[in-house]
Amino acid sequence: METKTKFGNSEGPSRVDGRMKVTGRAKYSAEYSVKGVTYGVLVGSTIAKGTIKTIDTKKAEGAPGVLSVITYLNAPKIPGYQTDAPQPKGALKIFYDNQVYFNGQPIALVVADSFERALFAASLVSATYDKGEHQTNLKANIANGTAPRNGKDYIRGQEDAYKTAPIKIEQEYIIPTEVHNPMELHAIIARWDADDKITVYDKTQGVKSTQRSIAQAFKLPPENVQVTAPFVGGAFGAALRTWPHEIAAVLAAKVVKQPVKLVLSRADMFTSVGYRPHTWQKIGLGATADGKLVGITHEAAGQTSAYEDFTEGVVNISQLMYACPNVNTKYKIVSLNVNTPAPMRGPGEATGAFALESALDELSYAVNIDPIELRVLNYAETDPSSSRPYSSKFLKDAYQLGADKIGWSNRKQQPGSVTESGWLTGYGMGGGLFGAYRGAATVTARMMADGTLILQTAVTDIGPGTGTAMVNIASELMGVPAANIRFDMGDSSLPPSPTQGGSQVTSTVGSAVNDACKELKDKFMQLNGTNEGGSLDFVKILKDHNLPQLEVTTSSKGGAEQGKYAMFSWSVHFMKVLVNPVTGVVKIDKAVSVADCGHVVSPKTARSQIIGGSIMGTGMALMEEAVIDHRYGRLVNNNFGDYHVPVNADIPQVEALFVNKPDPYINPMGAKGMGEIATIGVAAAIANAVYNATGKRVRDLPITPDKLI
Amino acid sequence: MKQFQYIRPATQQNVLDAITKSGTKIIAGGTNLVDLMKRGVTAPDKLVDINHLPLKGITPTKSGLHIGALALNSVVSENALVLQKHPLLSLALKAGASPQLRNMATVGGNMMQRTRCTYFYDTTMPCNKREPGTGCGAMEGYNRMHAIFGASQQCIAVHPSDMCVGLAALDAVVIIAGKKGERRIPFVDFHRLPEDHPETDNHLAKDELIVGVEIPDNNFAKNSYYLKVRDRQSYAFALVSVAAALDISGGLIKQARLAMGGVAHKPWRLYDAEKSLVGKAPTEENFKVAAQIAMQGAKAYEYNAFKLKLAPASISEALKHAAGVV
Ligand SMILES: Cc1cc2nc3c(=O)[nH]c(=O)nc-3n(C[C@H](O)[C@H](O)[C@H](O)COP(=O)(O)OP(=O)(O)OC[C@H]3O[C@@H](n4cnc5c(N)ncnc54)[C@H](O)[C@@H]3O)c2cc1C
Repeated sequence: METKTKFGNSEGPSRVDGRMKVTGRAKYSAEYSVKGVTYGVLVGSTIAKGTIKTIDTKKAEGAPGVLSVITYLNAPKIPGYQTDAPQPKGALKIFYDNQVYFNGQPIALVVADSFERALFAASLVSATYDKGEHQTNLKANIANGTAPRNGKDYIRGQEDAYKTAPIKIEQEYIIPTEVHNPMELHAIIARWDADDKITVYDKTQGVKSTQRSIAQAFKLPPENVQVTAPFVGGAFGAALRTWPHEIAAVLAAKVVKQPVKLVLSRADMFTSVGYRPHTWQKIGLGATADGKLVGITHEAAGQTSAYEDFTEGVVNISQLMYACPNVNTKYKIVSLNVNTPAPMRGPGEATGAFALESALDELSYAVNIDPIELRVLNYAETDPSSSRPYSSKFLKDAYQLGADKIGWSNRKQQPGSVTESGWLTGYGMGGGLFGAYRGAATVTARMMADGTLILQTAVTDIGPGTGTAMVNIASELMGVPAANIRFDMGDSSLPPSPTQGGSQVTSTVGSAVNDACKELKDKFMQLNGTNEGGSLDFVKILKDHNLPQLEVTTSSKGGAEQGKYAMFSWSVHFMKVLVNPVTGVVKIDKAVSVADCGHVVSPKTARSQIIGGSIMGTGMALMEEAVIDHRYGRLVNNNFGDYHVPVNADIPQVEALFVNKPDPYINPMGAKGMGEIATIGVAAAIANAVYNATGKRVRDLPITPDKLI
Repeated sequence: MKQFQYIRPATQQNVLDAITKSGTKIIAGGTNLVDLMKRGVTAPDKLVDINHLPLKGITPTKSGLHIGALALNSVVSENALVLQKHPLLSLALKAGASPQLRNMATVGGNMMQRTRCTYFYDTTMPCNKREPGTGCGAMEGYNRMHAIFGASQQCIAVHPSDMCVGLAALDAVVIIAGKKGERRIPFVDFHRLPEDHPETDNHLAKDELIVGVEIPDNNFAKNSYYLKVRDRQSYAFALVSVAAALDISGGLIKQARLAMGGVAHKPWRLYDAEKSLVGKAPTEENFKVAAQIAMQGAKAYEYNAFKLKLAPASISEALKHAAGVV
């Protein structure tokens, strides 16, 4: 069905919580003032593998203001950690035993009456170890990689068909570890309200999943765990799960019998909340001389921790992106003495897209066909993996929009052939896709006597503007101005919603908002005895019936369409770069990203999403890299002075464009996700532009100046 | 961090008295010292705040320009006299850190800032500079940012400052106050090479105070440039940087000054390269020759070999900019 695209590509309403955010009234988890709060600071191991021999906490315990120093020696048993059968692998159990799996692993938590005192006392904790022989080097350990337990190699058609194709590209691509570092540090305040009841103010992408995890760990009824997270200062996947430090804070609050606040330091972030894993990839592309893909082989090996298997869909993009008769993929994980990775915006796909979209670019030069034309030549009209029709795909429109905007016609196919004021200049593009989903959510919609519409559901907003999008959807449907709608969220006591992640929230929660509003409207129509929903005066109807309010609670989930159609969001990114031929410095001159993500329900926040994704991809392409000194198995750049993310000077005006055609099947709004596709393909677009500018192909990110001189 | 005392002596003399005691440290902008304290690299018992001393002035002298030790990096970089007489210094300052940091950082503090070597900062790692005798973590470690000139078996760290590279090129003089009164030393002799004592960055005695620097008048204002190559466009330390100053008349170079950052334990003057340019025409060819001369004696490590290429390329590029031939 066609939905009204009220805002089209125009700006639309502003962020409903924008004013609160810029005036500091939006409260983040570390900012709650909780009576009697105490402060926790973690102490990390200084070896990467081995066992703790001794751990000296005496000095710390004697330091001023210290309430407790918790280690595996004195930590109360966490009931959820106790299992009858030994578990082969799983989440790190904090303060469980003397095993050290990675450098920086928490070995103690100091709790004191002030943050400064806790920090000082933490510096007094020392440990001795029996050192084991650690492995932190992915390259040296690739041969030890294993296929994940439930991961299968994929074959469509013939294996390695690329090898016998007329045109053959075979290359290796490497991305380093990119560490989760949202602006807001991870923080939790844990307060036991009774022996079996707890409240946490926690940075999380899912209040319900945090509720479940804490309940499971401490064997509590889930409803006895109250999780509050109405504002989250960025997360990108870093707060999808409950990490050991959160369990530690809950435990510590029990030990000291006072609320405990634990805010990770920036250095802690580098070993506590996951990262996009260092991954090696190999792509084989085979094509006919006129550019038709014959075969794709995509292999990958990504690092994981020694205690847990982390997997992601690195090679999936090669199965899905192009019409190609023969595709085979292999994916391995390599267990190292590092902490466990986590999904990071465009998990798997952003990594895979760097390799596939770079390889496609290499092919475009080998067959001398424009990179966009090459993609159009191999355009998939139906999902090559399932053979199902797409619910919607307007990627060709996106190619056109982006090419026009960046001035693609100025691109020269001959690399290194254009300079502007002494700088080599080039154009590149790269795209991506991400599955579009609709899950289950429940929303309460309540119309108050004064005409205020209150919407409630547990979902969090990690920054994309979920509240704004939901208010927009409700406003369109109910004809109530956005200013009169309140969206309550980020609270485990509200009706269930999924965790914010996987680009599914607008689709899932938006549908529930849509359905709840419809149901509420129906209820008003019944009251009013009409079946004309267009001009309902809610305030008057409530007054006429002497009602203080009218509410519905509606559950909503996707239907059979999800099985009939292949549903994806698509993106394409265009970059124009300048490269200094002498110093190798890369400057992005123009950045254009186009999303084909169905109907855009909240244009302004959607634009910010795309801009943020482009910047994140720029960091991936040009600077982000966590470096380990393998002699010590320890990170050497765990701070923002040495670990670079883009600054304003690195980023031009990013143009975010939308095809903005509704998907007829996914949900009532016709909206698909866009959080992940904003980043997927960006790094390849930059690497491809750098090649076009210089003739130098960089296959190991980041593209720092030293690689171009 | 360890508990410490904080004092704010009324006069320069009181400051000099206060810093004679061991365990005391001067604090100016605090942008480096406080970081080092937080990381446990240094743990003074007492901080001596000097921010209120009258050392902020930027004033012309008989033969040059005096800049007080407490003048802020941001203020110096925008000062009309500096822009007019020594635009190179302004460029160098603006290439450093971020506007927020430059608003706090002082000239004296900038000179005294310590290396950014990651092994120096991480107290679990060996570092002869932080803890003499523990070894050099960088020598066989991750040494991408490290020295290619003047290193020793003890230390291969670099001095991180941009401002100092500019001042070294401009023949500045450091004015130092001590118990026995004032002394002046050439800026190029202020910092030292690591040799067997990497723990000592420079020749300032523990009980001395930097009161200012003086830049002699020169003819470089028209033809000078600061080139900084870094991993991002702002807020990153130099992979290499070059301060280039030329006095060109009648189509020939009468005098040249060249200094580099990011390559040595101190701002690295390129005397031989300078000499090679005197009397020559400001051409790319001559600049390339000078750059090659400058590289004599360079030695790279596992991760910084790229500097052997980047450094000479940057020298000739900076010279081209200075000469206006780009
Ligand atoms: C993230 C980051 C990025 C940075 N990037 C750059 C960069 O790109 N380029 C660059 O050049 N710099 C950079 N800096 C460093 C910055 O320039 C220095 O931190 C600053 O100049 C130090 O000045 P301050 O006044 O704050 O010194 P403080 O921190 O107050 O003091 C530093 C040292 O100087 C001593 N001291 C201060 N004044 C005197 C005096 N008058 N006499 C004797 N001793 C004195 C102190 O005792 C202390 O040991 C960066 C810093 C940070 C934190």
